[in-house]
Amino acid sequence: MDPFLLEALVNGVLLGGVFALPVLGLNLVFGVVDVIWLCYAELVMVGMYAVWFLYTQAGWPLPLAFAACLPFVAALGVLLHVLVVRPLLRAPPINQVLATGGVLFVLQGVATLVFSTDFRSLGVEMPPMEVGEVFVSGTKLAAFLAALAGAAALWAFLKFTYVGTAIRAIARDREVMPLMGVDPRRIYLITSAVGGTLAGFAACLLVVQLDVHPFVGLSFGPITFMICVMGGLGNMLGGFLAAFLMGLIVSVGGFWWNTEMSYVVAFVFFIAVMFLRPQGLFAR
Amino acid sequence: MSAAVAAARSAAPAAATLELSGIRAGYGDFQALFGVDLRVAPGEAVGVVGPNGAGKTTLLRVISGLLRPTAGTLRYGGHDLTAVAPHELPALGIAHVPENRRLFPHLTVEENLRVGAYARTARAHFAERRDRVFSLFPRLAERRHQLAGTLSGGEQQMCAIGRALMSGPRLLLLDEPSAGLAPIVVQQVFALVRRIREEGLTVLIVEQNVAQVLRVVDRAYVLETGRIAAAGSSAALAADPAIRRSYLGMH
Amino acid sequence: MTAREILLALPVLAALACLPLLGPPDYFMHLAITALLIALACTGWALMGRFGLVSFGHGAFLGIAAYSMALLWNLAGLTPWIGLPLGVALAALAAALLGWPAFRLRVVGHYFALVTLAAGEIVRILVTATRSVTGGSLGMTPNQAPPGEALAAMQLGKAGFWWLALLAWAGGLLAWRLLDRSMTSKALAAVAEDEDAAASIGIRVAREKLKVTLLSAAFAGLAGGLMAQYRMYLNPETLAGLGISLQIVFGALAGGMYSLIGPTIGALFTIGLDETLRVAFGTQFIGAAPLIYGLLLVLFVLFLPRGIAGLLERRPRRAPAAARAAPAEAAAVPAADPPRA
Repeated sequence: MDPFLLEALVNGVLLGGVFALPVLGLNLVFGVVDVIWLCYAELVMVGMYAVWFLYTQAGWPLPLAFAACLPFVAALGVLLHVLVVRPLLRAPPINQVLATGGVLFVLQGVATLVFSTDFRSLGVEMPPMEVGEVFVSGTKLAAFLAALAGAAALWAFLKFTYVGTAIRAIARDREVMPLMGVDPRRIYLITSAVGGTLAGFAACLLVVQLDVHPFVGLSFGPITFMICVMGGLGNMLGGFLAAFLMGLIVSVGGFWWNTEMSYVVAFVFFIAVMFLRPQGLFAR
Repeated sequence: MSAAVAAARSAAPAAATLELSGIRAGYGDFQALFGVDLRVAPGEAVGVVGPNGAGKTTLLRVISGLLRPTAGTLRYGGHDLTAVAPHELPALGIAHVPENRRLFPHLTVEENLRVGAYARTARAHFAERRDRVFSLFPRLAERRHQLAGTLSGGEQQMCAIGRALMSGPRLLLLDEPSAGLAPIVVQQVFALVRRIREEGLTVLIVEQNVAQVLRVVDRAYVLETGRIAAAGSSAALAADPAIRRSYLGMH
Repeated sequence: MTAREILLALPVLAALACLPLLGPPDYFMHLAITALLIALACTGWALMGRFGLVSFGHGAFLGIAAYSMALLWNLAGLTPWIGLPLGVALAALAAALLGWPAFRLRVVGHYFALVTLAAGEIVRILVTATRSVTGGSLGMTPNQAPPGEALAAMQLGKAGFWWLALLAWAGGLLAWRLLDRSMTSKALAAVAEDEDAAASIGIRVAREKLKVTLLSAAFAGLAGGLMAQYRMYLNPETLAGLGISLQIVFGALAGGMYSLIGPTIGALFTIGLDETLRVAFGTQFIGAAPLIYGLLLVLFVLFLPRGIAGLLERRPRRAPAAARAAPAEAAAVPAADPPRA
């Protein structure tokens, strides 16, 4: 096989891992709270700034900056839920989406005011690794492995804990939950915190690969939504698989044409999927 | 969290008397209950029977706080239940098996049981109660890792009752446990209800299947168009000519 | 159109048309033209948005019309007087290519919004990627017309663009009114309420949706083309993609998407806001503007879901179709807590 194509395939899988975390977070929140966080990528962006600031400006060790990023973005998720989403739980979906779209602008604005529009780089790079005939960026590989670990941790949380099981249950039947002693409001809050944590996790993995600027969310936000929908909104496993599919499309598309065209191909593919399987690629 | 619930959490919930008086309730402009009085003492098994649309399900929804009454009092021992959030009821020792069972079809049997043990007071007893439920319903033990949605109707009903038992209730509210089940399965379900009450649980059961339910309960109320039309011991009701005509299909 | 409405509208239009004759400062004319064109885009968006057809990709239609027009002029020398209508037709064609399968296959709600979002992004990326002709993200400038041929190349002064914009804007409002009176509007109101029920009484759902979508895309395209021609500058960020698309939505929502004049009020509001912020924040404007925009968007959704125009509405008029198609308020206003737990 053409080693460059092979490299593109490998990079596609690695990229899929990066997409997977925000997709899982967005999907979780949608599945449980039934609201799309249009500003999800901007939460990631804020997390990226947090890591950048703590590491390069405040002089924290990188692991500590990562560790601080998670609860920080989780708190933002909770705040978003309490201030914006909760009052709109019974509003039409468009109002919910628009309100979180408003938050998107707010976060971009705050980031611009605080950090200006300059591109900020962490300046951390791990040496590339040679695997067989293929060179793999060490940073990307590490981020990929961390993403898998994050996804596994999320799976274990949802599978084995009381709260996680309740989260999966509430996605199907809201009304009956109080009879189980479950306060749906609390579950929504916890879910928002978990969604925020995943955004924070994604921020840690992205900030080592991408420069941060206030509009960086626009570069991966739209594709994140599309992956979610392709996998079937609220379908965690579907979203996870779709993330890798999109990662491959973008990466291999980039190999055949160029990066920009590969996104066009990915988006066209998304539209086609919507037309052919509106309930998602992996719906049963 | 109310002080009452906090107190209840410190110790195992005690059995108490459920007392409704003058309960009125409805949905928007539609009134479903017109001043219902009802009492369930500890250890009793009480039935509420009546035709479709009489307000039986509404009555249970009011007791569990899913629907707030517009008038009347609703007490469980020392607690005013109208002031308790519905998700705090399991901690008070009340469990509700809802109409149509409402299992989580995409979760396994055991996961359904785990959701039933969500209340903080119940988590510590999970393994012990799960084993108890499995000994009550051996079929569930065989299917513990199967998705609840793939169970048969009777198994689903048992799973729903098992899920309610996971919170360690003293009072069990059952809404139409026989609905949609084959006659032979109905027999099994009622046999189980009898076993449960023999273990000392207080049971309030709402049913259309009057003949069956009167064999299980000590007393029953007849609910018609939102009002208590008759009440008495099972034997007395089963002997009442009017009841026999209307509900037992006898002339 | 009733005679009374025409009698009311004509003097207003005539008065507006006289504006340049009063010799207002250039800055004011600039704002007025920009506001009218944004009003046209918002009106176009709300034309379908008020029926629950929420598009997050109207930027695509602005971009398609504007770039087709400008490229035809720069590369083939085709005058925008022909290029713009062609561009508008292309925008409508794109809307048909997207809308017909979407509506036939019943892509609705969140899904439709995301499909349009993808379409908007596709146009933005395509413009950026074809930088050898479009100038990419640096933008492009239509060639200056040779001396004496400015009019033929639609390179007009402020007064000329004011009249053009006024005409286009009035066309948008007229379309809205005509639509209100048509069966399409009643059909769409029924569809917005219950798509299955509407289909069961014989409404051809996909067709009716497509009609209003084509109209909406055409007016958005018209606005985009005129904006580009007026500014003599095109840029993928301001003519395609999620950013501009959300700004259009914001204008429509802020003004009120359920009333004829609402989107226009919204456009005036956003322009006014823009300028105020520009003056108030100076160099900090780039950050402060989106911040305040976003905040207002959230506040509008939370507290004023029918927009500014909603404040002016006398409540139950003769229940026009459009208002019935708007369950927004009924559901949104008493929005309290989640299902009382």
